[in-house]
Amino acid sequence: MSRSGIAWSVIVLSGIATFAIRGSFLLLAHHLATVPPRIADALRMIPAAALAALVAPAVLHPGETFTPLGPRSLAALVALAVAWRTRNLLATIAVGMVTVVIFERFLP
Amino acid sequence: MRSFASGAFAVAPVLLGVAPFGLVTGLAATEIGLGMTEALGLSVVLYAGASQLAVVDLLGAGAPVWVIVLTAVVINLRYAMYSASLAPLLSDQPIGRRAAGAYLLTDQAYALTVARSVGAPDAGDGHWWFYLGVASTMWLTWQGTTVIGVAAGNTLPPSVPLGFAVPLVFLSLLIPSVSDRPTLAAGLTGALVATVGVGLPANGGMLLGALTGVGVGYVCSQRCRV
Repeated sequence: MSRSGIAWSVIVLSGIATFAIRGSFLLLAHHLATVPPRIADALRMIPAAALAALVAPAVLHPGETFTPLGPRSLAALVALAVAWRTRNLLATIAVGMVTVVIFERFLP
Repeated sequence: MRSFASGAFAVAPVLLGVAPFGLVTGLAATEIGLGMTEALGLSVVLYAGASQLAVVDLLGAGAPVWVIVLTAVVINLRYAMYSASLAPLLSDQPIGRRAAGAYLLTDQAYALTVARSVGAPDAGDGHWWFYLGVASTMWLTWQGTTVIGVAAGNTLPPSVPLGFAVPLVFLSLLIPSVSDRPTLAAGLTGALVATVGVGLPANGGMLLGALTGVGVGYVCSQRCRV
């Protein structure tokens, strides 16, 4: 399959799957007054687990090697502090990008 | 209709955060060689920023279709949680509106609508119009910034590590999702397993990290007694 074919297959398939997820309760179980508490507990874990699983390798293992103290990891720590304090995406990206550029310049 | 306007106004400050997210999404797409049609296709059809970024990343790495789709699904499973919380507020709406609402569902549209409903539980159609005000404004902003991001992507200097913007976006989404000990356990586990499992094929590290993270977090939620 060509690259474009792969891209569009992904787009359509993940689009359909995501719509199914979004519609799950809204379209099928909309008269449920409450979600069973155990299911609600499990669902609540998904954003934290999935997002952390995306962030950590990109920051700690950007290339072939594990670099816990590299420019990206340290810049990410700074960005984490900003994100925690300000809850502001723009500030987090801006500070993170500036910091990583500086660290890549000046760290060995 | 006042509820629609109130929704559009309520989301305005949030848009300051959504706009750079959309720009990064458009930029990331050009980084791996996607054209405007494909990048916009992602934003319109998938319409889910975090998963769009992950999809673009994996497309660039040449991963197989099923791996990419599975990754997108795992990242977007949180929408099930939002769907569940939103459903009672929209349960009396006709199916066409609920379907449109489902398509437009985002973290922010969910959060703002549910928060407002706490103060006004019997708003009836008001919930729907407020939600639509938030969600449609976000949708327009998202598509617009994606287009700008794609257009700008080809003009920025290569010395700026644009790729780092992607984990930064994820990081700023991650922080608010960790609010108690179980979610902290979920996040730490996900981070640890995904990092250790970096070498696993088929994006297995990330998927395993998400799975074990949910597992550990769930167990903690039943036992940790925060």
